[in-house]
Amino acid sequence: MSALLEVDGISVSFDGFKAINGLSFSIGAAELRAVIGPNGAGKTTFMDIVTGKTRPDEGRVLWGETSISLLKLNEAQIARAGIGRKFQRPTVFEDQSVADNLTMALRANRGPFAVLFWKPSRDTARRVAELADEVGLADQTDRRAGELSHGQKQWLEIGMLLAQEPRLLLVDEPAAGMTLAEREQTTTLLKRLAQTRAVVVVEHDMDFVRRLDCKVTVLHQGAVLAEGSLDHVTRNPDVIEVYLGR
Amino acid sequence: MTRKPLILRNPSILIVLAVLAGFTLTVTLLSQAYGSGVIPTSMVKVLGKTLCLALAAVAMDLVWGYLGILSLGQMAFFALGGYMIGQWLMYARTEAIVAASMAQNPIPPTPAELQTGVANQIFGVVGSSDLPLVWSFAHSLPIQLALVVLVPGVLALVFGWLAFRSRVNGVYLSILTQAMTLALALWLFQNDSGFRGNNGLSGLQNIPGLEGVGQARLSVWFLWASALALGLAYLLAAWVISGKFGSVVRAIRDDETRVRFLGYPVEGFKLAVFTLAAMMTAIAGALYYPQAGIINPAELAPIASIYLAVWVAIGGRGRLYGAIIGAVVVSLLSSWFTGGRAPAIELPFYSVNWVDWWQVLLGVAFVLVTLFAPRGIAGIVDWLGGVMPPRRHGRDLGPDQGALQEQEAKA
Repeated sequence: MSALLEVDGISVSFDGFKAINGLSFSIGAAELRAVIGPNGAGKTTFMDIVTGKTRPDEGRVLWGETSISLLKLNEAQIARAGIGRKFQRPTVFEDQSVADNLTMALRANRGPFAVLFWKPSRDTARRVAELADEVGLADQTDRRAGELSHGQKQWLEIGMLLAQEPRLLLVDEPAAGMTLAEREQTTTLLKRLAQTRAVVVVEHDMDFVRRLDCKVTVLHQGAVLAEGSLDHVTRNPDVIEVYLGR
Repeated sequence: MTRKPLILRNPSILIVLAVLAGFTLTVTLLSQAYGSGVIPTSMVKVLGKTLCLALAAVAMDLVWGYLGILSLGQMAFFALGGYMIGQWLMYARTEAIVAASMAQNPIPPTPAELQTGVANQIFGVVGSSDLPLVWSFAHSLPIQLALVVLVPGVLALVFGWLAFRSRVNGVYLSILTQAMTLALALWLFQNDSGFRGNNGLSGLQNIPGLEGVGQARLSVWFLWASALALGLAYLLAAWVISGKFGSVVRAIRDDETRVRFLGYPVEGFKLAVFTLAAMMTAIAGALYYPQAGIINPAELAPIASIYLAVWVAIGGRGRLYGAIIGAVVVSLLSSWFTGGRAPAIELPFYSVNWVDWWQVLLGVAFVLVTLFAPRGIAGIVDWLGGVMPPRRHGRDLGPDQGALQEQEAKA
């Protein structure tokens, strides 16, 4: 199976501090992966590089069947190529309604003129309703996103990601600030999504990672320390020393 | 799926257009040329100019209130529009005068002689008798009309492309826009820039070919044209910010980074809105200066663009009608206070003369509005409609500098 995303030997340093140090990573087209690691291990920087927010000093990031280099693309182009990102804090457009947030995220031509002449159709209205329903906001579509609770904003953001129909989903600490029931819902959703696309979950919470029941990549000091099933990596003495042992 | 037409979705459009039509009709019926003559021609001109300023304010609101860019260079586009139409007005009128005087000559003048005569007349004041290159099309009304939108449009496009591409934001972008205006003004001040230096272009109130009409009627015609332009621009602006495009633009104002991660080319959207606004502002300028009669580089002074921002802030940022209210109220008050008609306040120890103190009053009003009524005068409309700001404990609606503040938003 060829990889959907292949990160090869990337390094990046900020003011002499090596945030990422020769990291390599690859994920298949339909796979769920958890990335864990202590604070400062480079998890967020890794996501920043894949989504184009940070440029690495060296290394390659290849995408898709044709292995195009993501390093030549800007954030918007990478997003259009099919990489969606869920931030740690829910970031939705608070001044706009739930329906507007979802409509903006719907997969469509993103050019200014195409957007200017865009008209809602029966299809798009149905899709927005479906998405709102899927994330439990069916009766809130006319409310402004700013009025939603923290958990509802998380869900709205997930709905927006679904609307984008990405081929790779990067999710930063989805369980943060969620109740137990919401966590369970999130686990189910992420597992289901991973049947048709690649999903990378960055998470602190080992309990949550165990529920995901997937391959785990452990980062430490900007490089991969161990990779494999959760049971496999938790038995790794290096991992125990730097992460779990503390 | 059928959608309600724009006007029904956004009733403020209908109200604004109706008020505008009513205003125009009333002024016409009270004018000297077409009615009772209660409103003198000079006042008709003031009102017509005010409508042009309101149009510039609507464009400013698009850029600042919706896109989140506090542009302090809008008046550059306004003045450029004025200069472009002024070139034709001055050239065509001078040509007629020169042709008339040369008609006395025994031999009819050649086109080259005629042009030299015109150049002598226009540029004698800056010690030149050649027609500068930038006046190449001044003889043609259609071309100069096209240049009214093209020159500011291209300037906005190039400036915006350079600024947005390097992701200059917030205060730095404001300073950059201000610098652009100042640079343009300094260039225009030079005698050899081809725009008659600090003399500017004058006699613009005389429209070539319409000499027999008289200022009384002309002033009303310009009022109509200004009202029409404002109405159409309002419709266009309301349409632009209504649909998904408006959603994206407001999203860029509040959280630009997030919009990028949704896959939208943020720079393209900024350029589109900035350029559109520049063109609207230029049309406002092209209608303003024939009513003012004169344009010179002082019109581009940075303070003029800051006034525009003040009007929009006092009227209510992020509401198109707020921009109109702000521009009309503040500029009319300003011309009342500075026109010497406001009675001075006699204190025992000091006489408050409004010509001097008006600016202080305006400054204080601006500070008070910013602090205590960020929704501006348009906030009254929200208050009457029962729209309250959301309860966000002081948090803005997005992380960006231009993001809507809690008090500006609607719950």
